[in-house]
Amino acid sequence: MKAIITEHLTKFYGKARGITDVNLSVDEGDFYGFIGPNGAGKSTTIRTLLGLISPTSGSAEVLGKNILQNRIEILSQIGYLPSEAVFYNGMRVRDILNYSAKLHKTDCKDEAKKLCERLELDTSRRVDELSLGNRKKVGIVCALQHKPKLYILDEPTSGLDPLMQREFYELLTERNREGATVFLSSHILSEIGRYCNHAAIIRDGKILISDSVEKLGHTGVKRITLQGAEGIPEIAGVKNITNENGTVSFLYSGNPRELLSCLTDISFKDFTVTDPDLDEIFMHYYAKEEN
Amino acid sequence: MTIFFHELKRGKISLLIWSLAVAFMLGVCVLIYPEMKTQMGDISAMFADMGSFSAAFGMDKINFGTFIGFFGVECGNVLGLGGALFASILGISALAKEEKDHTAEFLLTHPVSRERVLTEKLLAVFAQIIIFNLVSVLITVLAIFAIGESADAKIMFLMFLAYFVMQIEIASVTFGVSAFLKGNGLGVGLGIAVLLYFLNIISNLTEDVKFLKYISPFGYTEGAEIISNNAIEMKYVAVGIGFMVAGIVIAFIKYRKKDIS
Repeated sequence: MKAIITEHLTKFYGKARGITDVNLSVDEGDFYGFIGPNGAGKSTTIRTLLGLISPTSGSAEVLGKNILQNRIEILSQIGYLPSEAVFYNGMRVRDILNYSAKLHKTDCKDEAKKLCERLELDTSRRVDELSLGNRKKVGIVCALQHKPKLYILDEPTSGLDPLMQREFYELLTERNREGATVFLSSHILSEIGRYCNHAAIIRDGKILISDSVEKLGHTGVKRITLQGAEGIPEIAGVKNITNENGTVSFLYSGNPRELLSCLTDISFKDFTVTDPDLDEIFMHYYAKEEN
Repeated sequence: MTIFFHELKRGKISLLIWSLAVAFMLGVCVLIYPEMKTQMGDISAMFADMGSFSAAFGMDKINFGTFIGFFGVECGNVLGLGGALFASILGISALAKEEKDHTAEFLLTHPVSRERVLTEKLLAVFAQIIIFNLVSVLITVLAIFAIGESADAKIMFLMFLAYFVMQIEIASVTFGVSAFLKGNGLGVGLGIAVLLYFLNIISNLTEDVKFLKYISPFGYTEGAEIISNNAIEMKYVAVGIGFMVAGIVIAFIKYRKKDIS
């Protein structure tokens, strides 16, 4: 059984594009990343899976059940963390956690307590007095306390400090090892690269590519920056050259040895080789898509 | 009934303030009656003789000099308008507030059906209206005992019943409207209540627009009519119940399929 499977899932808000023809397939037990810039359709896809919005066309199954016909059964096995966790003003953290547990018809006080301790969350505070990061923690506990089979997390680490991010991913990794499926959206590539097994890239409402993270990362493209360069390497495979006050930067795809031998002909003071950032990887797949 | 109790908890401060405020005004209204009565001889005739102003508030039809007549007009306006405003706030906020505050996403990503959310929220609105009316009745009865007056129990019951049905109707209609809103509907809700109040006043002024009494639930809460007929005008109530059912049905139809953004 697949944890998530969508077929030609499409959502239009009136005439405005949400997502078009999204096909996803997430195995049970997978740690799956969903990458894309803001407004690409990540949240729209997630909200459709959760039944908050209904698709214009196409279909989807979550944990083997149709999202339109079995919404309640699906939701009872999902832990969802929204990108902006908002709660009822004036309520205390423990009351929110308790309300969430009751709506799930479970008693998970012990689990909630453990999670709050690990995330250093004070449950006696009022939710409207919390900082963004602490509100996020409340959302995390709500998503995790009832031990669901599938975690759907929309930009889970925004607002969390690096230490908390690590603790959070540790929690997720533990749950994943226990057999749960994790599906998270992000626009931070390094997160996806570090924790996910598979990933899909979405842009302008369309899935550009989905594959194992290993394969996605190996685009074969490197970003080369030369400081104090007096000239530009003339070799096939060089793209997007910029030259600012002698700092030359470009993308290279091809045999690295050829590039090195070419670089020996140019005089420069220093150079760096990095993996291209997310945007450039987008461009890479985007260009491929158009060809 | 998790959502039901959650709603009651969320609304308890507002319920407390509205109940006490309206009940307090009702109590004061009753308590000033003995003072009014001593000066009532001339005033009663004057009140009844102010032409269309008297007609607008139904004062031409009843004897202002008797306690029940005084209560029907003075206290009726307090409970009528106060209750209508409170009911409209409850109805319009029930669904719209969750979307305005972005808590709808929290609630609806839990394993609860939209129908259950609607049912429990509507029941919570009704429960709050019932408590509000119980407080009003209690304070009124205490105040009547305090001034040593007596009133026809049946008429008093009919008047409170009419106001209760009216509040349920307004809450149901605004609940229906609430299902369509994405933002704060408070203005819309209060607007509906005040508009209905004035529609009834206009309908009292001229026979030509008597049909407005079918639209406004204030048409069947008029103290003057209830006292003189010793009954509630059932034809208006029937239409009112029609609006009530329509509001609830529309809320269910709309909210079941609504996109929550």
